[in-house]
Order: sequence, then C-alpha cells, then structure tokens
Amino acid sequence: MSRKVQSDINWHLLWDLFFTFLRIGAFTIGGGYAMLPLIQKETVEKKQWVGEEEFAEIIGLSQTAPGAIAINSSVYLGFRVAGVSGAIFAVTGMVVPSLLIILTIAVFFERFSTISAVKAIFNGVRPAVMGLILAALFKIGKSVLKNMTSFIIFVVMLLIGAIFDLHPVLIILMAALAGIIFLNDKNKNKKEEKEVEKA
Amino acid sequence: MTLLLRLFLSFMEIGMFTFGGGYAMLPLIQREIIDVNGWLTMEQFLDIVAVAEMTPGPIAINSATFVGYRVAGVLGSLVATFGVVLPSFVIVLIIAALFKRFKYLASVQAASKGIRSAVVALIALAVWSFGKEVIHVPLHAIIGLVAFALSHFLRWHPLIVLGLAGLTGLLFLG
Repeated sequence: MSRKVQSDINWHLLWDLFFTFLRIGAFTIGGGYAMLPLIQKETVEKKQWVGEEEFAEIIGLSQTAPGAIAINSSVYLGFRVAGVSGAIFAVTGMVVPSLLIILTIAVFFERFSTISAVKAIFNGVRPAVMGLILAALFKIGKSVLKNMTSFIIFVVMLLIGAIFDLHPVLIILMAALAGIIFLNDKNKNKKEEKEVEKA
Repeated sequence: MTLLLRLFLSFMEIGMFTFGGGYAMLPLIQREIIDVNGWLTMEQFLDIVAVAEMTPGPIAINSATFVGYRVAGVLGSLVATFGVVLPSFVIVLIIAALFKRFKYLASVQAASKGIRSAVVALIALAVWSFGKEVIHVPLHAIIGLVAFALSHFLRWHPLIVLGLAGLTGLLFLG
C-alpha cells in the first residue's frame, strides 16, 4: 500500500524541479529575458526534461500569455515534467529567492533610505532607471513595430493614452480588438496550423 | 474592503494584463499603485524598480514583493506576490493542458500583435510621466541620457549602469 502511494507522487522529481528553478531564480539579475539562456541550459541540456523544439514552443507561448515570462515558462515546464504539482513546485522555486532577497532589502531599505548618502545615490539612480526603461522601449519598439498597421495602432494608442485618462487595461483591450480586426493574417495562419497538424 | 484584499486584487489585475515582460507592468503599476490607491509616490516606485533591476529574479516578482511590503508589511509582500503570479499560473496551466495550439489560433496571434503595439505606447507614456517627475536639474537629464546610451548602444549590463549612476549621485547630487 505505502509503496503504491510513494510511486503516485514522485517527490524526487518535484524537489528536483523546485531546486532547479530556485537556482535559476537566485542567480539571474536583470529580469525574465536574462533568465532564458539559463532556463534553457538547466531544463534542456542538463536535465533533458524537454527537447530544443518544445522549449522554443514553451517560450513562444510564455510570451503570448499574460504575466512575467519567467513565471509563465516555469509553470509550463513544471506542468510538462510532473503535472499540476510540478507546476506548483517549479513556480514556487522561481518565486522564493526573489521573495526572500527583496524582503531582506525592503526591511533594511526603510532604515537606510533616510541616510543622506543613500538619498544621494538614489538621486543618481532614478534618472538612470528611466534611461534603462527608454533603452528597453527602443528594443521592444523595434521588434514590434515592424509593419505599417502595427505602427498605426501604436500611434493611435499613444494619442488615446495621452489625451484621455484611460486605464491601461482598456487600452490593451482596444488594441487586442484592433489587432483582431486589422492584423489577422488568415492565410499564413492556416499554413502554420497545417504544419502543426503534420507534426 | 480590507487593505490586503485590495492589494491582492490590484496585483492580480497587474499580473493578468502584463503582456511582454517586466516593463509592461509599469503603466499598470503606475495606475493602480500610484494614481488610484496612492500607496507609493513615483519616486518611491522608481527606487523599487532600481532595486528590482539590481537583484536576482523577475522584475515583476521583485516589484510586487517590494510594493507589497511597503504597503502592508511581510503579509502584504506575500499577498501581492501571490496575486501577481496567480493569473499566469491559471492561464498557462489551462493553455498547457487544453489548448496546445492556442498560440497558432489566428485571432490569438492577431490580438497579441495589437497588444504589443499598445504596450510600446503605454511604456512610452509611462516614461514620459515618470521622466517629468524625476528630472529636476540638468545632471538628472544627463545621467538618464548616458544610461540610455550605455544600455542601448553599448549593451552594458543594467547592474553596471545603475552602479555608475549611483556613484555619480553620491558625488554630485548629495
């Protein structure tokens, strides 16, 4: 009896998932995209949980679905390896290092942020953060605004956002609708779907 | 509504409508956390983004944890982080289990392209409103532009860019 229960839940695999994503979460600085090479190395090359192609598939889907790419890919990979419990162990592993590190910093930050030297440092850091975000904006813009229709949607949403005080969620929903109406490339998609069916 | 529940719902909304990486959260956080609820000022939030950039982990998680802590302590950080992860978790599981071909559906691809264009616009608007708040003296603008150039053209690591900016601040902005 007890043997059967043990074989139902593969605790070894679940903890392996947890610690693999814990390592990934603890050692990459600079957000989700910086993590992708490490995730690939750990899950495809080292553990061989998924193949190259399926990994690419999972990343593509993680970018399409809402939420952080690191979270989405850990949920998907965890699920692929060990079902729903795999997803829970993987995403928890991904979140725990951030949570602990940020909590520690936050506790001290309250105390340190009144020191004048720390204030001076952050006076310099804040505009640099704006510069980094601007650089990211250029990068995203270059990869997204490839055709005229995408560019027009960008300009229209920029104007709507600048003129009316709308909630970002509303603008996202309007853009999704605009995309469905103006960016629907049916022929190309049919071809791709056929290819998927073949595979 | 209690504070914790509001925090949870705000971050759930942020998690549900963030498309395309950490910075896509900025406009949503600005709206929910700064404008609507007044939990943080823009300056405080930018400090959090700076810390999130310099520490390991996804920016989305780091921001949620930090904001949650500032608003309602350790419990707040847990609630905010859980809130931002939950929509991803549910949606990705549904897709993984049921619609493997989800990504290939013509309308999903089209909607996703439209959303990406809007996200670029939303981040641009956020940069504009944050920039107005942050740039007080010419040196601020210079730091911002140099940071942009180092990151965009020379692809320096954010950690080094922010480190140099912090040093500049310590020397000239005390």
